[in-house]
Amino acid sequence: MRPPPKRIVVAMSGGVDSSVVAGLLREQGHDVIGVTLQLYDHGVAVGRKGACCAGQDIYDAKTVADRLGFPHYVIDAEKRFADAVIADFADSYARGETPVPCISCNQSVKFTDLLGLARELGAEAMATGHYVRRIEGADGPELHRARDTTRDQSWFLFATTRDQLEFTRFPLGDMPDKAAVRAEAARLGLLVAEKPDSQDICFVPQGSYADVVAKLRPEAAEPGEIVDASGAVLARHQGIVNFTVGQTKRLGPAAERGGQRQQVVSIEPGTRRIVVGPRGTGRTELRLRNLNWLSTPPEVERACTVKLRAGETPRPARIVRSADGGVSVRLDAPASAAPGQACVFYDGDRVLGGGFILRDDVPATH
Amino acid sequence: MIYLDANASETLRPVARAAAMSAMDEPGNPSSIHGAGRAARRILEDSRARIARRFGAGIEDVVFTSGGTEANALAIAGLGAGRRKLFSAIEHDCVRTACRDGQSLAVDRHGVLDLAGLDTALANGGPALVCLMLANNETGVIQPVAEAAAICLAYGALLHVDAVQAAGRIGADIAALGAASMAISGHKMGGLKGAGALLLAPGVTLPPLIGGGGQERGRRGGTPPLPAIAAMAAAEAAPGEAEVLAGMRDMIEAAATDAAAVACGAGAARLANTTCLALPGVRSDTQVIALDLAGFAVSAGAACSSGKVARSHVLDAMGLENLSGCAIRVSLPWNATEAEARSFAEAYAAMAGRLARHAA
Repeated sequence: MRPPPKRIVVAMSGGVDSSVVAGLLREQGHDVIGVTLQLYDHGVAVGRKGACCAGQDIYDAKTVADRLGFPHYVIDAEKRFADAVIADFADSYARGETPVPCISCNQSVKFTDLLGLARELGAEAMATGHYVRRIEGADGPELHRARDTTRDQSWFLFATTRDQLEFTRFPLGDMPDKAAVRAEAARLGLLVAEKPDSQDICFVPQGSYADVVAKLRPEAAEPGEIVDASGAVLARHQGIVNFTVGQTKRLGPAAERGGQRQQVVSIEPGTRRIVVGPRGTGRTELRLRNLNWLSTPPEVERACTVKLRAGETPRPARIVRSADGGVSVRLDAPASAAPGQACVFYDGDRVLGGGFILRDDVPATH
Repeated sequence: MIYLDANASETLRPVARAAAMSAMDEPGNPSSIHGAGRAARRILEDSRARIARRFGAGIEDVVFTSGGTEANALAIAGLGAGRRKLFSAIEHDCVRTACRDGQSLAVDRHGVLDLAGLDTALANGGPALVCLMLANNETGVIQPVAEAAAICLAYGALLHVDAVQAAGRIGADIAALGAASMAISGHKMGGLKGAGALLLAPGVTLPPLIGGGGQERGRRGGTPPLPAIAAMAAAEAAPGEAEVLAGMRDMIEAAATDAAAVACGAGAARLANTTCLALPGVRSDTQVIALDLAGFAVSAGAACSSGKVARSHVLDAMGLENLSGCAIRVSLPWNATEAEARSFAEAYAAMAGRLARHAA
């Protein structure tokens, strides 16, 4: 049976995924409103003088909407994106962390501002092209991994609040794979059916993210020393922005010691020192900041699995509630964990919550 | 859908449609020497004569272009060569772009050019081209063009007038205004998109931007779009039209200000069909979208071709920086009805109530 028609705002990037979402909802008879966020000046980003500020993606989103016959609008989110995402991205590197700009974008521009606009426009829901499943549970909506685990984006959405999740729909979560999405796009007659997937960081379409960081936080691109745990200088580097905890590349003469491959163990922003240690060095206890719970937090502790980076298989761990209400995560086996990345808790496919990984030497906040 | 965005493009007038339809049936190229060419040329030259008469120019001083942007660009490139470019801070983007590296001239809080500022700017520096619009596209505020022309004359400066919004709505006579050149656009008067004209004062010459086949006395190459030109020449307002529109506009403005809106530029003489309504604290794009979804076509200041709504440089120039991100423009077309205006006034008040609650 067909669900009753609703006014639904679809966040359209101009890519195939969100286009298919809009097309399917429209086909189901919903009152679809397409919105594309202008996040940065495309002409400036690609460094071509006189290039349009909008770029191909906005054109594509508009064309899809026109073809399917629903209204489409472009919202200028440049200033908010520059403040909440790009500046935060640079600040995070300057603190010796490895940020996840897609998460800060979801938190601010998409699931706060755009969702707010959707409410203002009288919509009953906002839909996106993310590969995650929202399942109505006994205690409200739950966030689950996508059916296609290779495309799953739940790690990027752990910071979605329960109130936001209540209002949000992810129609692609049950798609078997990307080919099925492309087939839907072709069936709907969308010109974006064969459009390549977007890559990397959207606001750095060409060149290097380090240049973007260097412009905003020059200190992150100043040279420094690569040292071992005892402080002995092994090599020089061209800025902490180029390093992530766990990294084995770009270490130069420090890449190997005594026949053993080395990795980055920590990044010290104050002294601009990169500390290396034997590959496989890890830690078993992580502290997190900015926790978000999408389930009832454990009273004392809870066994679960966690993902410390976007593309890894969940690993066994325990979430332990500390006396002050914060949590720490105890990994069953040591792992390299980069500060600034997300640590997301899972129970099977369900996202329980998560937080951002803190440096070892920073007091926990929550 | 109720269309209230005439300053973006005016509704086609029946007389203009009829003129365009009949021009469409002429196969000839006005440059051809055969009978079909002569028939086409007759439409072109009749249109030219009509426009020359209506806007106070000599017949030989009417240069057809593709529209207002090209007419402005042609004038500024041609007359601005070797001269400093001064332009009011509220000029349309197409003029501001053509005047790059020029000097912006301040307007007062009502959005009217500060003539003393113009005088000072002309007194300090070499030969100049001054660009001043006859009526502003966002606020409808009418500019003191004749007074500015007198100041320009005193300093030997040339004056180019962008009359794109004013032409067809208020008197726009290049000779009476004392301008060296004046740009008009067909679709803003109720004609078709695709034709405009640059009118020149007697004796003013300029090189082409597009040389091509030497049409328009070598000032603009390319085969002219006859149907659009014929429509532009035919698109004239009916007597009394402005008074009727002003009544509706004032009614909308009264309802909007009751709903906490600010009518920007309302303290100055304005085009009868235009009002710029700012709703403090509510983004322009949200208002335009909400009204579109409710069935009303209005616009916000400066829409980029992407559809993104930018802050209004016009309101910024008027010292209304706190309102420039939350204003919309309502511009009534010639055929707006009382019922439509009332319906919009109600929808605006309802929207203002709803969005102001969200913004709070």
